[in-house]
Amino acid sequence: MELLTNVLAATVVAGTPLLLVALGELICERSGVLNLGQEGMMLMGAVAGFVAALTSGSLVVGVAAAVLAGTGMSLLFAFMAVSLAANQYAAGLALTIFGTGLSAFLGAGFVGQSIDGFTRVAIPFLSDIPVLGRVLFDQDPLVYLSLIVFVGVAIFLRHTRGGLLLRAVGEDPEAANANGLKVLVVRYLAVAFGGGMAGLAGAYLSLAYTPLWTENMTAGRGWIALALVVFATWRPERVVLGAYLFGAASILHLVLQGLGWKSSTELLAMLPYVVTILMLVLLSWNPARTRLNTPLSLGQPYRPGR
Amino acid sequence: MLLLERRPCDSALMRWTSPLLALVLTVITGFILFLAMGKDPVKGLTFFFITPVSDLIGLAELGLKMAPLLLCAAGLTVCYRAKLWNIGAEGHFLMGALGASIMAVQLVDVDGFWVLPIVLLAGTLAGMVWAAIASGLKTHLHCNEILTTIMLNYIALNLLLYTVHGPLKDPYGFGFPQSVMFADSALLPALIPGTRLHLGLAFGLLAAVAVWVLFARSFIGFQLNVVGQDHRAAAFAGFGARRLTWFAFLVGGATAGLAGASEVTGPIGQLVPQVSPGYGYTAIIVVFLGRMHALGIVVASALLALTFIGGEMLQIAMNMPKAVTGLFQGLLLFYLLTCDAFIHYRIRLKRPARQTTMAAKPAPGEA
Repeated sequence: MELLTNVLAATVVAGTPLLLVALGELICERSGVLNLGQEGMMLMGAVAGFVAALTSGSLVVGVAAAVLAGTGMSLLFAFMAVSLAANQYAAGLALTIFGTGLSAFLGAGFVGQSIDGFTRVAIPFLSDIPVLGRVLFDQDPLVYLSLIVFVGVAIFLRHTRGGLLLRAVGEDPEAANANGLKVLVVRYLAVAFGGGMAGLAGAYLSLAYTPLWTENMTAGRGWIALALVVFATWRPERVVLGAYLFGAASILHLVLQGLGWKSSTELLAMLPYVVTILMLVLLSWNPARTRLNTPLSLGQPYRPGR
Repeated sequence: MLLLERRPCDSALMRWTSPLLALVLTVITGFILFLAMGKDPVKGLTFFFITPVSDLIGLAELGLKMAPLLLCAAGLTVCYRAKLWNIGAEGHFLMGALGASIMAVQLVDVDGFWVLPIVLLAGTLAGMVWAAIASGLKTHLHCNEILTTIMLNYIALNLLLYTVHGPLKDPYGFGFPQSVMFADSALLPALIPGTRLHLGLAFGLLAAVAVWVLFARSFIGFQLNVVGQDHRAAAFAGFGARRLTWFAFLVGGATAGLAGASEVTGPIGQLVPQVSPGYGYTAIIVVFLGRMHALGIVVASALLALTFIGGEMLQIAMNMPKAVTGLFQGLLLFYLLTCDAFIHYRIRLKRPARQTTMAAKPAPGEA
């Protein structure tokens, strides 16, 4: 029981960065914009958060800097993909390559330094619930934040006017425009939200998960999050489920080693990526169903008054 | 108010000036960056762009880095022309290096002219197998190729790390994660004696020629172009999308696999964990910068090869982080895509009259 509780708690921790970035991308994709630059924005968030926290001595400043860095990067993307109607695939790839390079450049002097990252803060009463208390209510503040954002996103999408407008823009920008909606503004906001969340996810890695900075420390999590949104068929509840599932896959090698299973670290480290492919297979083999769930205008640039 | 207006037809001039414009913008940004860091910008840019290629050894190093980029880019060109977003060149490359190394280690005591071809073939096939996975996932299970290829890149990297830390590790290598040195019979011959430049560059140039022949002279190249430009037209014409997808992916896997094989049998001579500084990813920039054209990717691969050695030069000469390379590459791609917008669009200062935009839309019957 003790072991199971600890494993579940570690799963939540490992799933949180995925949850954060995937929720952001979910909103972004619901507006019809596919941003493949998640990895680049996360890395920028991670490096900005780490450097800001290290120099200011405040984790909150670090988180704020990370969100700003992610948002800034996403606005660059929005300028290309939304304003200039560039190919979203290419622009997203450019963002990832640019972010990888820029973050490595900015962080070069900070490799090997460490800080005191976020620590667990137990929520009174709730954390006393058996198992669930330790798993969900005895974590670091960013885990709570991720859960709050999840609830916010779920309510926003389903029960608010703003969510309806966002979905309208993503499904049919022409019709939304005809109804007087500012399609480009909505898309800019959605992309910016996605960027902020990716930055936050990066900060989670460099300020809580492993409080240090190394080049490429996201290790493909931005890409996994993109698969996660497909896996979740663009629904927030399933994003949570998927994020924790992938979190479990990524700590499985630690669990197995803890149980005395002898296997190569490198082989087990492949697991999250293999699981991602398997998930894609399970979800994509029926193209009709994928089409049913995908926001209709996803990946297509929109220009008003065409 | 500034307004983007669609050009009546794409600007051919802009199509070819856009990369130059992007390069100029990147250099200007670099200039500002050096100033901001308190370094001499003229000296910095000279070290980055000119010093590395000012002698024969430098030019040979340029060709050395060009070879893998050009090979990977040639394969990716075939994919991207058909709008297949294969970003798995890095994985194909790593598998090529791994496959070639496994074969070379098996044949380490063997001498013969046939050893090298077999080793290169093993690498090429390994790259093709890796590409075939992504291709099968796309054609039969409808998986998005961007996500599958990137995942396969990470899997390939871990597989390579596992092999080099495990089965292929040199038992007398003082614990370093690396394979034994290959036999001389498994090494690529030098192109210019006294330099490290090897036959790999010739492979790259041949691949570029093959790309030119494919798209300028062959039916399958034409089919790939049509699929990329309008997949419905291709379907009406009866061009099998599946068959073309397989073709493009296998070509991409073969060239990148050969690139990986050439890298371990060329300058390195053994399998090491850091066999690629990201050639497969940089090759994506090469393809876009080279306008998906054979001659274009040759020039673009030379420029991006320069960013690798230029970055190393800055590290040595001016004590700057090696990451300058990645930053430069990212900036270049970024500016390129921004400039590319003006292939299709031009800037107008005023909002055009309403009627013209309405008339531009086809009537329902026409569509």
